[in-house]
Amino acid sequence: MRQNYAFLDENSKKEIRRKTLKAISIPGYQVPFASRELPIARGWGTGGLQLTLSLIGQADILKVIDQGSDESVNAVNIRRLIQDTTGVTDTIHTDEATLIQSRHRIPEVPLKPYQILVLQVPLPEPLRPVEPSERITKQLHADKEYSGAWLRLFEQIMRYGSITDDADYPVLVGGRYVMAPSPIPRFDNPKLEGNDGLILLGAGREKKIYAVPPYTTVTSLAFLDHPFEVESFDDVTCRESGLTGVYMDELIDETTGETYYMTNDTSYMIEEMNKEGSVK
Amino acid sequence: MKTADNVALCVRNFSKHYGDGCAYCMDEDAVLDRNICPECGTIHACSDISFDLHKGEILGIVGESGSGKSTLMKMLYFDQEASSGEYHLADFLDGDRDVLKLSSRQKRQIRNEILGMVYQNPVYGLKMEFSAISNIAEKLIASGSRNVGDMTATGDHFLGKVNIPLNRKYEPPVNFSGGMQQRVQIAKALSNYPPVLLLDEVTTGLDLSVQADVLELIKEIQRELGISMIVVSHDLAIIRMLCDRTMVMLDGSVIESGITDQILEDPQHAYTQQLVYSIL
Repeated sequence: MRQNYAFLDENSKKEIRRKTLKAISIPGYQVPFASRELPIARGWGTGGLQLTLSLIGQADILKVIDQGSDESVNAVNIRRLIQDTTGVTDTIHTDEATLIQSRHRIPEVPLKPYQILVLQVPLPEPLRPVEPSERITKQLHADKEYSGAWLRLFEQIMRYGSITDDADYPVLVGGRYVMAPSPIPRFDNPKLEGNDGLILLGAGREKKIYAVPPYTTVTSLAFLDHPFEVESFDDVTCRESGLTGVYMDELIDETTGETYYMTNDTSYMIEEMNKEGSVK
Repeated sequence: MKTADNVALCVRNFSKHYGDGCAYCMDEDAVLDRNICPECGTIHACSDISFDLHKGEILGIVGESGSGKSTLMKMLYFDQEASSGEYHLADFLDGDRDVLKLSSRQKRQIRNEILGMVYQNPVYGLKMEFSAISNIAEKLIASGSRNVGDMTATGDHFLGKVNIPLNRKYEPPVNFSGGMQQRVQIAKALSNYPPVLLLDEVTTGLDLSVQADVLELIKEIQRELGISMIVVSHDLAIIRMLCDRTMVMLDGSVIESGITDQILEDPQHAYTQQLVYSIL
């Protein structure tokens, strides 16, 4: 059976691109779209995948990452599906890629003007934990009524003494819409702001597309006396590369029982290690 | 139209009907079957209600079930949209604007900053799963506060005022008794010192000693903060104790209004007479 270029039929891709344009025009606003059936289950990156498939051209260079890794099962399978149906070149080097699909991380290397970063989103609605009804959350967005999102953070401070959201920490986009940045770590929140490249977010199961266009202000919600803070990795060192100050995974050496750290963005780590006179 | 100097809230020709209405029932002299139009079945929940609430005054509204008291309160708090009429608030642009004509975002702002509402059922006014202190903070966040320290201090102050032991402030209201929930709701409504407070059957369903506590509290707050209040009740004893002036509603219309003592001692309308004498 002959497969259509980039799996989806042309009309579906056109619809998704049209919704993407709308999303870019209203930064942070969740645009509903007709999420298609794909050969992977909803909730496994179908939102991001549909964005990638509808945007990818023959000249594009593709990179797919899953939690910082180019080689996890999820990243490999998604990359292979895209390649089988388009034949585009792939890369692990962030700088080379024109289209980057990522699950739960923004690469350590800042985006370039020619790049689009596509993030996979499980839960696009930042107000959902306080309001179950979609009709009402839409109204709340329209009224710019975000006390629910703030209340969640306040409740965490009351219960645990500090804000406990480590991933998917809500942000205010362009001073207007509060947005769920997908479960990227808090560490990546500042990377959403003022990019040279475009960030698109797609939720396949929830059927929403939204965007952070280049040079948009993105501020993480924070109280005056509880400022926003990212996780600090300044006093830990990557065991493999000797890097410090980047987002790290905490791992346990099973033979010695020792805790050690490793750079989460593996392609960045490899690039750094291959540089002449690298740290280790 | 502008509100007079001593008026906090002014309502003219407020109406709410469920159904489209017809030529017959839209006529001023139409004879309805209680509040239902015999021709088209439209329910006139409130028809042509006009009144002023003076600054620092407590205005009572009495009437039987289905007389339109709660509908009126919901329209004042924008929970329901009025079908027609004018509504001015002294604290919004000096009462210069008819607030019914504002955008939903501006109405939300008025709800958050100028009005306070205490519902008969605390479920509507509180987030039952969030801690008591967060519930109070919700109102403060909505009215613009972003300082956790200030908000907890205000929360403690008002919880103290309504006699909720501070060692229970981190508990969610779902763990509280009905009377305590109602007191948390009052504390929440008061927390940003709104100039107008709406109380809808606040003591219904509470036992007598708790009722007395809540009433005492309302009276005290009114004396101390000079907040204007509208109190809806079907209990004449409460109206007699709290209210300076009283309106009597029947089938969606105000049938009698005046100074509370006068209405209770010398009722003019047949229904009011029946109401007053049935209690003695």
